[in-house]
Amino acid sequence: MAKYTYSYYPGCSSQKGASSSNLMKSVQTMCEELDVELNEIPDWNCCSASIGYASGSELPRLTLSARNIALSEEHNKEQEIVATCAACWLATREAAERLKEDESLFAEANQALAEAGLKLNNTTPIKHMAEVLVEDVGFDEIQAGVKKPLEGIKIAGYVGCQTNRPFGIHGESFENPVYLDKMIEAVGAESIPDYEKKVQCCGGALAFSEPDKSQEMIKGIIEAAYDNGADMIATPCPLCQANVEIYQDQINEKYNTKFNIPVVYYSQLISVAYGRSASDAALDGQLIPAKQLEEIAKK
Amino acid sequence: MSDLNKRMIEEYRNDFLKEVEANVEEGEWVKMCMQCGVCSGSCPLGKHWAHPPQEIFMMIRAGKRDEVLTSDSMWMCTSCYNCIVRCPRQLPITHIMHGLATYSKKLGLVPKGQPTATFAEIFWNNMMKKGRVNELKLGLALYFKDGFGPGIKEALRNKDLGTKMMKAKRMSPAEFFGGHGIKDVSGLQKMIKKAQELEEARMKKFD
Ligand code: SF4
Ligand code: SF4
Ligand code: SF4
Ligand code: SF4
Repeated sequence: MAKYTYSYYPGCSSQKGASSSNLMKSVQTMCEELDVELNEIPDWNCCSASIGYASGSELPRLTLSARNIALSEEHNKEQEIVATCAACWLATREAAERLKEDESLFAEANQALAEAGLKLNNTTPIKHMAEVLVEDVGFDEIQAGVKKPLEGIKIAGYVGCQTNRPFGIHGESFENPVYLDKMIEAVGAESIPDYEKKVQCCGGALAFSEPDKSQEMIKGIIEAAYDNGADMIATPCPLCQANVEIYQDQINEKYNTKFNIPVVYYSQLISVAYGRSASDAALDGQLIPAKQLEEIAKK
Repeated sequence: MSDLNKRMIEEYRNDFLKEVEANVEEGEWVKMCMQCGVCSGSCPLGKHWAHPPQEIFMMIRAGKRDEVLTSDSMWMCTSCYNCIVRCPRQLPITHIMHGLATYSKKLGLVPKGQPTATFAEIFWNNMMKKGRVNELKLGLALYFKDGFGPGIKEALRNKDLGTKMMKAKRMSPAEFFGGHGIKDVSGLQKMIKKAQELEEARMKKFD
């Protein structure tokens, strides 16, 4: 039996051929190394993220998340739910809390769920993978397994919004959380604890609908990383990763900048530091290659 | 004017605050706002809000129904939750902004062509088809939202990006012909239909 066992909600972007398939792959590798067993929730559905609200409205949206929790309670009994996507985690946890606070909504959600033959107890804790690492596994244990310290790499830890607010990681400040920096240090790299744009919003879903407004913010996030001498940016959030990595060409064109900074996941850092290959760490999923990590992985 | 909008104007004559409390997600919190302005200073897209959250709350209490519901402002919310963790009165501001946007949409009052409203609808419809988001079709639908001509232009502008994403295996042409989805699509759709009916019934109760 694995040391840690959870019910896993990967989310739409963490599927094969989807935009954060590199997160999915590196999380798998990381969990193998840390002896964390992830049991996917059978037939999970999309939570509609932070953009479904306009067409989804309150009850339908809450019911989407309720279905996932109900499926988990039925099939992965007694296991806490873990999400790797900030928006998935937030939507699911928010739904669980709202349905706890409001009995009539809870009753209505169950009425809707009955149409799909499901029932929600709503007693399952909903965690983010970062909480698993920080609270269940712990920095000491992460550090203990490092085989190839990521020496000489300076990394800006970009936490973003939704991994940090409104729930965040217990005991961390909303304005300057430090757990990601600690994780970066634990794998032997150099962190930038006072990186000014650590919790700056990147525009989220509005990067699609309001690209110019969002790219202005993304530009600030990247600029501050360069100003602090960062070699790369690391983040726990799939949408942050995508937004900050993939628009660098468009930003360069618009603002005459020369951005070309890799944006990786914490799970990729841990996978490489634990001695796994570039492909296990999904480094081939970067649009801007993380060459320093590739070299360490090759050694 | 939509029927629902007419009905609501009748129903809540001169009491927009009450209308918001009854029909907008978390609307019952609006009266708790003490107008400190912290939320308005927290929005990352602040300069693009014609009426930042604090002002919206004031306008609701002042009964400025049209100005609020036809505003583009709440569509500027990026769901960053800055406001929520800072508000001294703990108002669920993010959800109220989402709720106002949703309500304005239900009443047919969203400014025409509002890009985030358009995207939100494309996203929801995309997701409801198979229970999971099809990112490829989502992207295509977004590029072609203004019709074929501008769509091609947009798609071409993003062509290099698409090619790179495919090379990194983070976008798959296979998604165009089916792709990811859940098994119990019909159960999910029935469930959502029921949830929508229940929510509508709630709004009708005020008839
Ligand atoms: S938040 Fe994003 S990744 Fe998570 S389920 Fe929803 S759409 Fe999918
Ligand atoms: S930083 Fe961007 S992608 Fe990440 S949670 Fe915030 S809005 Fe979402
Ligand atoms: S921060 Fe809270 S109390 Fe202050 S203006 Fe905004 S909603 Fe009102
Ligand atoms: S969640 Fe929305 S309303 Fe709140 S600070 Fe962010 S953008 Fe503004």
